[in-house]
Amino acid sequence: MNASLSINDLHVSVDGTEIIKGLTLEIPKGEVHAIMGPNGSGKSTLAKVLAGHEDYEVTGGSVTMDGQDVLGMEIDERSRAGLFLAFQYPHEIPGVSNANFLRAALQARLPKGEEIDAVAFYKEMYARMDELEMDRKFTGRSVNEGFSGGEKKRNEILQMMMLEPSFAILDETDSGLDIDALRIVAQGVNSMRSPARGFLVITHYQRLLDYIVPDHVHVMFDGRIVRSGDKSLALELEEKGYDWVKEELAA
Amino acid sequence: MPNPVAEIESTMPDRESASPAPRGEWFSHPPRHDEPANLPDWYLERRKECWHRFLETPEPVRTDEHWRFATLGNAKFEQLDTATAFPETEEIIAKTHRWGLKETAARFVFAGNRLVESEGAADLPQGVICLPIMEALAAHGDLVREHFMQEEARLGGAKFAALHGAATLSGIFVHVPRGVVIEKPIEVAHWAAGDQTAIFPHTLVVTEANASVTVLDWFRSATPEDRTLAVANVDIAAEDGSRAQYVAFQNWNDRSKHFHLNGTRVGRDARATSCFVNVGSAWSRNESVSRLTAPGADSRMLSSNLADGNQEFDQRTLQLHEAGHTTSDLLYKNALYDRSRTIFSGLIQVCPGAHHTDAYQKCRNLLGSDEAEANSMPGLEIDADQVKCSHGSTSGQISDEEIFYLRARGIAPRKARQMISQGFLNEAVEHLDGEELKAAIEQRFEERFAVLA
Repeated sequence: MNASLSINDLHVSVDGTEIIKGLTLEIPKGEVHAIMGPNGSGKSTLAKVLAGHEDYEVTGGSVTMDGQDVLGMEIDERSRAGLFLAFQYPHEIPGVSNANFLRAALQARLPKGEEIDAVAFYKEMYARMDELEMDRKFTGRSVNEGFSGGEKKRNEILQMMMLEPSFAILDETDSGLDIDALRIVAQGVNSMRSPARGFLVITHYQRLLDYIVPDHVHVMFDGRIVRSGDKSLALELEEKGYDWVKEELAA
Repeated sequence: MPNPVAEIESTMPDRESASPAPRGEWFSHPPRHDEPANLPDWYLERRKECWHRFLETPEPVRTDEHWRFATLGNAKFEQLDTATAFPETEEIIAKTHRWGLKETAARFVFAGNRLVESEGAADLPQGVICLPIMEALAAHGDLVREHFMQEEARLGGAKFAALHGAATLSGIFVHVPRGVVIEKPIEVAHWAAGDQTAIFPHTLVVTEANASVTVLDWFRSATPEDRTLAVANVDIAAEDGSRAQYVAFQNWNDRSKHFHLNGTRVGRDARATSCFVNVGSAWSRNESVSRLTAPGADSRMLSSNLADGNQEFDQRTLQLHEAGHTTSDLLYKNALYDRSRTIFSGLIQVCPGAHHTDAYQKCRNLLGSDEAEANSMPGLEIDADQVKCSHGSTSGQISDEEIFYLRARGIAPRKARQMISQGFLNEAVEHLDGEELKAAIEQRFEERFAVLA
């Protein structure tokens, strides 16, 4: 059994238009992979299709997690199996408190009839919130409602910390963050790095990768990985811009 | 069709005599063993007047604007018995303790018309009157008289109001004197049992200047099958600078009917909050009127309703701004499933001269089924200047993106929809004061959602 998130020749369409055109990528546990690419390259589509969003149609290829077929699983099954997506635009759920939301997510992972230990849950949540410098008032507030951009992203990382996934996909987690929030979020992610966990960090800008240093960097363009390298590739991209990739491809 | 008046009469005989009481004589021979002997004359007179008014007032008709969209068959008076049947009351008292509030200032449990438990009322601060309505009538007749059924039924329920005035036996009178603050809620549980029976719960809350109190009514059936008609009335008089909060949680079985009238009067710098929660019954109608009578008066009108099966919830409201510099804020929320129906008809009326009024009205419907039907009729009448008013109603379904977000955290689709709907209903409840109160209501919602198919 492969201890990795393995994407093989993936093809994805939306309303009949192909967005991802044969993407292959393997993320072994213990590694952080970054995908960079210009707008419209299919980065966010990749994130959503891995999480199981129903607007996207997989027309070919496979995705496995530790050898298990991911594409055959329901959205919630994927999460319970250990896949986590930190949303670019986290949704607001009015009237559902953050604490209840997290509790329901953890409860969903327990066998039927088993109840979550409320005291241990709160202790854990508060400890994680302290790490993320989140005020306790966020436990009682409705999920993401009225949160600033930075607060929403911290909340995504809090969920990741509580759910302890095997593979985490961070979709443009840096967008809308000021430098302090970026630092805190990155610290949260770095504290979760472990040999038992793989990360896929999707970003438009190199900046995030100063804080979350990747093992591998991939450049995505027009639905494919067009270049892979180590962290220096990100710096090169930052310096030369995405046009460099486009020109190279055209040549 | 049989004459409903004759039917009602034939069902209200003195239970000690074999023959039905003659028309109009029922109140001199009330079918009640528990009521005090020394009820004041004015009240006995009022009861008679109410009974005659009930007989004379026609049943609602389709052409009456206040009954638009209503299923009129629900408002027909069927054969009913006023004597409720409770062989065992220990069980309902135990149940009340189990799902009621842990922290209360006082608690009353009514089995039908009969008080079966009360605790805490004697320990309330000096000067507070907190008594079953019948005892209050006997002991504080003049005080009760000032406030008893003083608000006009303006929203179509005159016949029901008259019946209530004639027949009420259960419920409480709360009078909080000047400056006295009661922190914990006063809790009242109304239980019904006995098929084809009627009960008439009454709640009268008066807060004198700068006083404060919360009263909560629970409505529950003791059996899943006994059909009950409840015609309830809650009147709230919040005098200058006071705070009065009232919550009704209606969870009758799905064969029962509920009619709830509310007249709220808010004085200078006072705030009154009403919250009507409906999850039970086959049919429930709330008529709620809030009168803002002096500058600084503030009325919050809240409601959360969970309808499924063939349930119909019909709600009519009036925010009546009689004085300037007053505020009212209404938020009614309905979550609908299956073939359920809701009707919301709300009017903001700003009287001539009531300048600088702020009045808001929102009705929000969450449709969980294509067959469910939400009717909204918001309305506005303004006869003053410098007024801020807004009203609106929305109907929508749970968005796929919200569901996706919850499912992406491992929550199964059914549970995800449940959480979002429950969150939607919690939003109105969140405006209440009192953490335990809110938590208790949310807990009851959760139980109700758990049995929702």
